[in-house]
Amino acid sequence: MKIDKFEKRVLIITLSVIGLFIFSLLYAKNKYQTDLPECLPYNKVYTEPKITRLDSMTYQVFSVASMWQFEPGEIYVPVGSEVDFYLTSKDVVHGFNIAQKNVNMMAVYGSINKTTVKFDKPGVYDIVCHEYCGVGHQNMRAQVIVNYPTAK
Amino acid sequence: MQVSKTFKRIIYLELAIPVALLIIGIYHGLMQTVYRAGVLHQTSFLKLDYYQGLTLHGVINALVLTTFFAVAFGHATMAFYFKKEPNKKLMWLSFWLMLTGVLLAAATMLMGKASVLYTFYPPLKAHPLFYLGAALLIVGSWVPLFDWVRMYNSWKKENPETKTPLAVLGTLINFIIWFMCTLAVAYEVLVLLIPWSMGWTKTVNVNLARTLFWFFGHALVYFWLLPAYIMFYTILPKVAGGKLYSDLAGRIALFLFLIFSIPVGVHHQYSDPTITRGVKFFHGLLTYGVAIPSFITAFTIAASLEYAGRKRGAKGLFGWMTKLPYLNKDKFLFGYFICGLILFIFGGVTGIINSSYSLNNVIHNTAWLPGHFHMTVAGPVFLGIVGMSLYLYARMSGKKIFMPAVNTIIPYLWMIGMLIFSFGMSWGGLRGEPRRTNLGISYLNPESAQFRPDWVPTTTIALLGGFIMFIAGMLFVVVFFGTIFKKKTEEGQLDIPVSEAFHDEKRVPLFDRFKPWLAAMVVIILLAYIPALINVNKNSGPGAPRYNIDNPMPVENKTETVKP
Repeated sequence: MKIDKFEKRVLIITLSVIGLFIFSLLYAKNKYQTDLPECLPYNKVYTEPKITRLDSMTYQVFSVASMWQFEPGEIYVPVGSEVDFYLTSKDVVHGFNIAQKNVNMMAVYGSINKTTVKFDKPGVYDIVCHEYCGVGHQNMRAQVIVNYPTAK
Repeated sequence: MQVSKTFKRIIYLELAIPVALLIIGIYHGLMQTVYRAGVLHQTSFLKLDYYQGLTLHGVINALVLTTFFAVAFGHATMAFYFKKEPNKKLMWLSFWLMLTGVLLAAATMLMGKASVLYTFYPPLKAHPLFYLGAALLIVGSWVPLFDWVRMYNSWKKENPETKTPLAVLGTLINFIIWFMCTLAVAYEVLVLLIPWSMGWTKTVNVNLARTLFWFFGHALVYFWLLPAYIMFYTILPKVAGGKLYSDLAGRIALFLFLIFSIPVGVHHQYSDPTITRGVKFFHGLLTYGVAIPSFITAFTIAASLEYAGRKRGAKGLFGWMTKLPYLNKDKFLFGYFICGLILFIFGGVTGIINSSYSLNNVIHNTAWLPGHFHMTVAGPVFLGIVGMSLYLYARMSGKKIFMPAVNTIIPYLWMIGMLIFSFGMSWGGLRGEPRRTNLGISYLNPESAQFRPDWVPTTTIALLGGFIMFIAGMLFVVVFFGTIFKKKTEEGQLDIPVSEAFHDEKRVPLFDRFKPWLAAMVVIILLAYIPALINVNKNSGPGAPRYNIDNPMPVENKTETVKP
C-alpha cells in the first residue's frame, strides 16, 4: 500500500503535535504542580462543615455543599496560606469553582473530593457553584477572604 | 432513484418534526443569552422558567433533532446506495417509538416536571415519564440498525470483493457506536433511575449514574458528528466541484472513531470525585487518539476542496479558496457545509483544550464549555443537518426551494452569530462565568450583592451572537416550511450527490470488515471502563434519595411514611 506523500506528512505532523501536547501536560503538571482533584474513599468525617488551622500557614476546610449554600460560607485565611479543601454534597450535585485559582471540583452526594490551594495574594475569592442544582442555583456562592498580612 | 410513498412519508415526518420543534429549541437558546446578559432579572418569562427552557433547548436541539435526522439520513443513505428500501414495518415501528418518547418527554418538560437539563443528573428527580420518553427515543433509534445490518449482509454476499460504499460504512459505524454507548444510558435510565424516581428503590449511586451517563455522553457527540462527517466525505467534494482526496483515509478515520468514541468518557469527569487521577489521565490519552481521525479528516477535506478550486482554475497557494461556490443558489449545501467546517476548526481546538487533563481545571463547567460545543454541535452538526434536511426534502418532493437567496445566506449569518456568541462565552468562561446559570438574577444584577461587573461585556457579546443566530434559525424554519407549502414542479426522487475519489485505493480487506474493529472496540472499552467502575464502586459512600428542584429536603418515600 503506497501512501500519498502529503498524507504521510500530515500524519507525521499530527503525531508530533499530539506528542508535544502530552509532553506539555506532563511538564506543566510537574513544574507548576497543577493536577486534577484527588479522590478519597467516602468517610462520614467530611460531611460536617469545619475549618481547622493545622499551623499558622496550613488550613483544612471541610466544605459541604447543599441547596443552595456552601458551609462554611466565609473562609478567612492569611496571605500565603495553604488550604486543603475537602468537598462533599448533602443533596444534589453541585460545583465548586474558584476561578482565580483554577480550583474546579464537583460536589457529589456520597463521595469526597479534595484539592490543595495556596493563596499568595490578599483579596476576596469567589467560590461559585457551577453545576445546576435546582431553582436557587444562581445564588449559591461562598468566599475565601485572604486578608491577614503575613507575619514577618 | 424512485422511492415508494410510504418511504417518502416516513422520511418527511422524521425531517419535519424536529425542524418544527426547533422553533421552541432555538427560542430558548435566545432566551438563555437574554437572561444571562442581565436583560431579565427574573426566574421565568412568558410562564417558562429559565431552567425549564434550558432543558427544552438541550433536549430538543441536541437529542431530538440529531437522533431523528440520523435515522432519516441513514434510511436515505441505505436506500440510495443499495437501491433497495428498508423494511417499512420496522421504519414505522422506529418512528412511532421515537415520536412517543419525544411526546412524553416534551409533555413533562412543558409541565415543568422535568427541569433537570438534558444530562438529568440524579439525585435531582424528574417525572418518571421523562426518563421513559428518553428511553423510548433511544430504543426507537436502535431499530433501524438491525434492518440495515441485514441489508448490508445480503449486499455483501452478492458483492464480496466490492468496497462497501463509504457512506454506508459511516452510517453502520455511527449506529454501532450509538447502540454500544446507549446500552449504558439505557441501563442508567431503566435500572437505576425509573425505579428510584417511582420510589421503588430508596437511593441511587450518583457517581455510578454519572459514569454511565458519560459512557454514553461523549460517544453521543460522535453520533451527532458522524452524519456530518459522512456528508463532508461523500457529498461535499461533489458539491464543491471536485473529488474526495482519498477514499481510504475516510475509511481509516471512520474505523478509528469506532474504537475511540466510547472509552474516553471520563474526560467529562475530570473534576469528579471517586475516579482516580490515573484513570482520568488514561482517558485523556485515549481522547488524543480521537484527535487522529479528526486531523485526517481536516486534511482530506481541505485537500478535496483545494482540488475543486484548482479544477476551477485557481492559482497559487491559497487561490483555491476564492474559487469555491460559496453563494451559488443551486449548490446551497456548500454554504451550509463550509460554514460548519469553519466553526469546527475552533470547536476542535477548544475541544483539545478541554480534554487536556489539568487544563480542564481552568474551564470545567464554565461558559467556555457551551462556547466550545456550540461550535461543534451547533456548527457542522446543526448546519449539516438542516442543510441536508432541506435538500433531501426538496429533491424527494420535487419542489423548488422557497426564498433561495435567503437560504444561501442563512449559514453565513448563523456562522457569524455563532462566532460572536462563542467568543463571548469562551471569554466569560475564562473569567469564571458558570454555565447553566440564570445569571440575570444574581451575578448580572447590579442590585444584587453578587453582582460581577467583569461579566457584563462577555455576556453582552454572547447576547449579540445569540440574537443573530436566532434570526438565522427562524429564517431557516421559514424557508423549510415555505418549501413544504410550495407546489410540486418536477418528479421527486431520492437523490444524494456522490463524490468520486481522487485516490480511489484498491479494496483493503482490513478496512472493509467489521469484526476485527468491533473486537478492538470492546477490548479498549473494557480496558478504559473496568478500572473506572471499580474506582466508583470502591470510593462511593451511601446512595442518594430523591430531590425536587425547589426543595432542599428529600422527597419522602411513601413506604417510609406508611410506617407507624
